[in-house]
Amino acid sequence: MGRLVAMIVKETWALLRDPKSRIILVVPPLLQLFIFTYATTLDVRNVDIGILDRAGGQHAGELLSRIAGSPNFRKLIYLRSIDELRAAIDDQKVIAAIIIDQDFDRAIEHGGQATIGLVLDGRRSNAAQIVAGYLGEIVAGMSTDILPGATADPDPGGVVVTNWYNPNLDYMWFTLPSLVAIIVSVSGLAVTSQTVARERELGTFDQLMVSPLRVHEILIGKMIPPMMVGIFNGVLFVILAGAVFHVPFTGSFLLLLMALCVYLLALVGIGLLVSAASQTQQQAFLGSFLVMVPLILLSGYASPIDNMPGWLQIVTYGDPLSYFLVISQGLFLKAMPAAAVFQQVWPLAVIACVTLTAAAWLFRARME
Amino acid sequence: MGEPVATARGVVKRFGGKHARPALDHVDMTVTAGRITGLVGPDGAGKTTMIRLLAGLMRPDAGEIAILGRQPAQALDDLGYMPQRFGLYEDLTVRQNLDLYAEVRALPPEEREATYKRLLEFTDLARFQERLAGKLSGGMKQKLGLACALVKTPRLLLLDEPGVGVDPISRRELWAMVGELVSEGIGVLWSTAYLDEAEKCDSVVLLNEGRLLFNGPPHELTDTIAERVIRVTGFQSRRRRFLIRALDRADVIDGTIQGRSVRLLLQGGAPAPAPADFADGDALAIEPAPPRFEDGFIEILGGGPKGTSALAERYRTIPESDALAIEAKGLTKRFGDFVAARDMNFAIPRGQIFGLLGPNGAGKSTTFKMLCGLLTPSEGTGSVAGNDLRRSAADARAALGYMAQKFSLYGDLSVRQNLDFFAGAYGLGRHAARDAIAAMIEIFELGDTLDMNAGTLPLGFKQRLALACAVMHEPPVLFLDEPTSGVDPVARREFWTHINGLVEKGVTVLVTTHFMDEAEYCDRVTLIYHAEQIATGAPDDLKARAARASGAADPTMEDAFIALIEESNHQARAAA
Repeated sequence: MGRLVAMIVKETWALLRDPKSRIILVVPPLLQLFIFTYATTLDVRNVDIGILDRAGGQHAGELLSRIAGSPNFRKLIYLRSIDELRAAIDDQKVIAAIIIDQDFDRAIEHGGQATIGLVLDGRRSNAAQIVAGYLGEIVAGMSTDILPGATADPDPGGVVVTNWYNPNLDYMWFTLPSLVAIIVSVSGLAVTSQTVARERELGTFDQLMVSPLRVHEILIGKMIPPMMVGIFNGVLFVILAGAVFHVPFTGSFLLLLMALCVYLLALVGIGLLVSAASQTQQQAFLGSFLVMVPLILLSGYASPIDNMPGWLQIVTYGDPLSYFLVISQGLFLKAMPAAAVFQQVWPLAVIACVTLTAAAWLFRARME
Repeated sequence: MGEPVATARGVVKRFGGKHARPALDHVDMTVTAGRITGLVGPDGAGKTTMIRLLAGLMRPDAGEIAILGRQPAQALDDLGYMPQRFGLYEDLTVRQNLDLYAEVRALPPEEREATYKRLLEFTDLARFQERLAGKLSGGMKQKLGLACALVKTPRLLLLDEPGVGVDPISRRELWAMVGELVSEGIGVLWSTAYLDEAEKCDSVVLLNEGRLLFNGPPHELTDTIAERVIRVTGFQSRRRRFLIRALDRADVIDGTIQGRSVRLLLQGGAPAPAPADFADGDALAIEPAPPRFEDGFIEILGGGPKGTSALAERYRTIPESDALAIEAKGLTKRFGDFVAARDMNFAIPRGQIFGLLGPNGAGKSTTFKMLCGLLTPSEGTGSVAGNDLRRSAADARAALGYMAQKFSLYGDLSVRQNLDFFAGAYGLGRHAARDAIAAMIEIFELGDTLDMNAGTLPLGFKQRLALACAVMHEPPVLFLDEPTSGVDPVARREFWTHINGLVEKGVTVLVTTHFMDEAEYCDRVTLIYHAEQIATGAPDDLKARAARASGAADPTMEDAFIALIEESNHQARAAA
């Protein structure tokens, strides 16, 4: 027991003694949280719309001023010909362009069907779809206003949409719980992957190996500090999410803490695997990158797992982040009950057992 | 007397801030054409800094440097420079390395063939032209490095520690080669941490911690202590005990063990002691011994430590026992097809120092690592303090203290945190740990450094801390891997004073070394060459064997080493 304590104390000092490294453990993840929270916006704002107005009448003017008044678009760029329109889309000056035909006003005044053309930049398909949605809303709003008949007959059928858990569809509610999980993972993995490799590189590894410390004591000693850092960052982020970004935390904080611990065990196991395999800190650094990217891409953060091909979905069962993302989002937004959390925690526990056992095995195998 | 090819006046160089201790502090020196100037000093003395200044790779903060009467960087055509790590491209062949340097130095193509022929002949590398530089032995790499520095015949040749990582035979060959260059009128600066090499130089610049301690022909330094070195033989007590008692005398400022005799440096001005003064039997005899450069260095540093080790005083007595402290039975290690160590056999009883000697890469580190559990033997077994390496490795590890070749404590932890960690790692209880740490701080005078990062300590203190961490749990067996590489001679004496004291308490020591005078401290040594033990015995016996083989009277340990390796080469050739 004394040996284990000595090992844990030593590893903690190694991580925290240098004031610079203390800052590195906390500040960059914090910056990442702030920057990424604003950067990974799913709203489409600040885009420019091209206008090719061949009508020039009163109704066309009304439509354009409604579009110009929308907060989602930055400015309207008036175009004079189809060629100019093509160039504007090609150069990505505008994401979409509206074509108003010459008979637009006449058609409306005759109470007929007036149509406008919409050209979208298909290279940015997601954003363009959203822009099309916005524009559709504006056009629909205008047609109800100028066609009195429509108001008399308020929506005979159609769909009434309510967004549960995120009623205003605030993108931050969706991205922030995921970002908390991902940033904790990135920093946790980076710290763990250095530990063994650093001893190898600095020549202290032999000194450790000739001491009576057992392999499990060394590994537990190396697990504790990164887990502490991960828990610290995780708790800090959850508090910030509520206090700064006003994302509600509806679930049980204790459940989150417990799930975070199990998740960190699995993650630290991966980090130790990378570290045991590396001879130098540089290798360990590259190794942690190599692992981190698929860990995030397969977690369901960037694209839903259900949309992946079947064989890849099976691979995602091995990704601890995919379970923890579910827990994090669930506890933030929908007060996930304990039973549902445990359903995600037990696979994490299994993964932790596998990664830690593998790390111990690799550590032993690469002792020479 | 040749003309000066390089001069430095009042050179100061600092790294990191105005308050940092200067790496060079007002150093004057001269390299003369047609002579070997030795730039001598322990690691961290400023040797490499000086060479890099002379080569024009850095500018001094103060002082003047002239190379052939010009600014350093303007004389590159007449300058040959061999950096410490060879400066070779390991993935290129010998020939390609030469081509590269010829290209860089703008050697006219029509001169290349003749130059290569001369250099390859000179360095005896003609057979290895197509071999990758990375696959050469340490000695051959140094020779190739030298050849590359010579593609354009320089007037000044700067060699940064060419003797490191080179076996004694190659080292001797290197000296012969440099001797030839000097006879052609080239001025050579040879930097080294080995003080025995200083004696071979025409002139020596002795640096310590950035300061110039001595500048002149080596005999000028040894002359100052000429009458004060004596050899004592025929005493009755054990040699380590005798050395401890002799060093504790006021008129003795330094002493070393040499086989069965003891060599002492006497205090200046004191009358030489008579045999009866030592009160150690009637057979005791005193004879004058030739002074060495190292004696002079120690004299300048104010003498070595006294004989009694505070560490040993405090240490527990290891119980008497007939059981072997360390045993190797047919230890063999293979890496794939390559045999790194073959059939190592030796048995070390309690309270002895056993030395593993051999050139780098011969297999001594492999053998050492198998015994302390860092490598699993491919064949054979061994035991440490009665614990079988294969069956109870963890118990074996708990019974040994280990000091690695390079500083291998935690450099970014404080001295105190290192002591705490190793006390805990070796399972000392809270009280025992507190007492042991307090004792170590006192014995090794670590009090002022407790909060410093261990990595920033001066080399001598690093070594003290490493020893402290290795012995806090009072192990019966110590493993020392090149323990005193690069430290100054006083720190080295201090180290051996502790080790000698511990051995008197019954501690058993296994040491690897390439310092031949350190081999003299051993009760027995085994010489490892090409992965095999070629000779085992007491240092005096090996010297006697070498004397019979070579016919030389009173050979040094290095002579014995070379003679035994040559004998082994002969046998190998005869068998082939």
